[in-house]
Amino acid sequence: MSLAKVPYETLANALGANRIADDLARSGHQVIRTGSHGLNWLEPLVEVDGVAFGPVKDAGDLDAVRIGPVQELPALARQQRLVFDRCGHVDPFDYDPAWIRAQLEREPADILEQVRLSGLRGRGGAGFPAHIKWRTVHDTPADEKYIVVNADEGDSGTFADRLVMEGDPFRLIEGMLLSGHATGSGKGIVYLRSEYPLAAEIFGKAIDAARGLGLLEAFDIELFVGAGAYICGEETSLLESLEGKRGEVRSKPPVPAIAGLFGRPTLVHNVITLAAVPAILDIGGAAYAELGVGLSTGTMTFQLAGNVRRGGLIELPFGIPLRELIEDWGGGTKSGRPVGAVQVGGPLGAYLKDGELDTPLTYEALAELGAGVGHGGVVIFDDTVDLVQQAHFAFAFCAHESCGKCTPCRIGAVRGKETVETLMAKGHRGVPGTDPAGGGDRHGDAELAIIADLCDVMEDASLCQMGGMTPIPVRSALGLK
Amino acid sequence: MDATSDVRDIAERFTGLIGGPITALRKIVEACGHIQSAHVATVADVFNLSVAEVRGIVSFYSDLRTEPAGRRHIRICQAEACQAVGARELTAAIADKLGIGLGETAADGSVSLEAVYCLGLCTNGPTAMVNGDPVVGATPEGLAG
Repeated sequence: MSLAKVPYETLANALGANRIADDLARSGHQVIRTGSHGLNWLEPLVEVDGVAFGPVKDAGDLDAVRIGPVQELPALARQQRLVFDRCGHVDPFDYDPAWIRAQLEREPADILEQVRLSGLRGRGGAGFPAHIKWRTVHDTPADEKYIVVNADEGDSGTFADRLVMEGDPFRLIEGMLLSGHATGSGKGIVYLRSEYPLAAEIFGKAIDAARGLGLLEAFDIELFVGAGAYICGEETSLLESLEGKRGEVRSKPPVPAIAGLFGRPTLVHNVITLAAVPAILDIGGAAYAELGVGLSTGTMTFQLAGNVRRGGLIELPFGIPLRELIEDWGGGTKSGRPVGAVQVGGPLGAYLKDGELDTPLTYEALAELGAGVGHGGVVIFDDTVDLVQQAHFAFAFCAHESCGKCTPCRIGAVRGKETVETLMAKGHRGVPGTDPAGGGDRHGDAELAIIADLCDVMEDASLCQMGGMTPIPVRSALGLK
Repeated sequence: MDATSDVRDIAERFTGLIGGPITALRKIVEACGHIQSAHVATVADVFNLSVAEVRGIVSFYSDLRTEPAGRRHIRICQAEACQAVGARELTAAIADKLGIGLGETAADGSVSLEAVYCLGLCTNGPTAMVNGDPVVGATPEGLAG
């Protein structure tokens, strides 16, 4: 009997994977449900006895979409998958706990040292060195310490957290167990957004399975599903939410590693940061640090999205030029038109264009452009993009999602949105000195000056990065420096 | 399912859990369709919070709706990756087709439209969720049903 692997994952399911799995089972295949490989343009991607077919529409006519042996797919073979090595290949519940049991015998000091050597930085957006947080939580005395996983993956153009939680939930559980063991924490909590119901189903089942395997005796895991608030991806807002309150941002200091959830030392990490830890312990921190460029070590799970022919998840060492990602990996725009702008790093990321597309994707190179890697999302727009409209959206989104605690963000976003509306009503293109009214009438430029001023205030005086980074997409879209 | 005692039963399942009041309110929306003021008082009582605190939670989170949704509840992604492939045009077309805007429910309660910011299906936009089921490559006709 032939073995068919069919993803059980939100995108594949929306494209008919459940029906295809049923049809294949009826026609005599042994079907297992795996995660997704993240080659989204090929979904539903079905594997029969090692050969890939996709996008499958009709399970009775696989040959119409035959691609070739899975191991030889260039889009997979050219990646360097450390976080996603198992995802897509296996039934996540067919799990052998031997490796993690052996790792948990290691001394906490040894694990802390490997994380330090790896140079791992937070994959949620801030890029803060992970080992400093781990060391702080470890060294802060307390009756209880927490590991909190930020799976509130709200950035448009990102889905890496979802893919790993749906396709290889044990990879995240391993990372949590290791961080708990290393820092002396006995309790882990995953904050998952409510827009990901399948991830909640699969991860909840994985927690039960881990408990059944006896993995959660020294360290327990609880899943919390959010209630629709982008701001809860900000770590202190997330902690407030876990305490059952409005997700209003806290002032820092104290940092969560010293006084986080219920005032206890709390290690807050994005899903992908923790999911990278098993690979670091497997190959060694020093070997991990050899990947990437400078202080941007290891692999990044880039996600190509928006107007792109071949969108999906691409795990590669840091340093690949943005243009290579878009053109070689993504195949350019889906519309076939030239690339107009690319937003890197979610709604608080910069719109890059022209020569900026040659930038290597590292924390440092993007910082020089006033941009950031964020959570690795790369959203492509073609040349029909209206960047003034995108600047308007950046303010509007901030106004919609602001927690309201600090004035620069709460008021600044609304005033910014209104001012861009005035600019749009005047037909101004958002580039200084291009006021269509011309002559002595420079009213559009006056609005741009107000926007520039608002951006400065929001950047300097906001309590968190929601208000503090909204100027990044605004300035880059409008050509303000 | 609307009786206050049933709502109390729901809320009591989440006392002592992380983020308990929020989960309780989310489950009340799942069971009753929306949160009524009597529910707020019940949750406040169960969690030993003030009514003002619970109202504060309800007004903060967009899932904790206080008005019923339409029988066909359509959430359309308004975020950048979907904008890049026509989410604005799709939203305008369906609003025109149904005669309601984002955040509105048809007078007969048959359908409601709501904005959502990212469903994590960003390679296959425009995306939407209809009564909780994800839709990729969404069209006005497909969404309207």
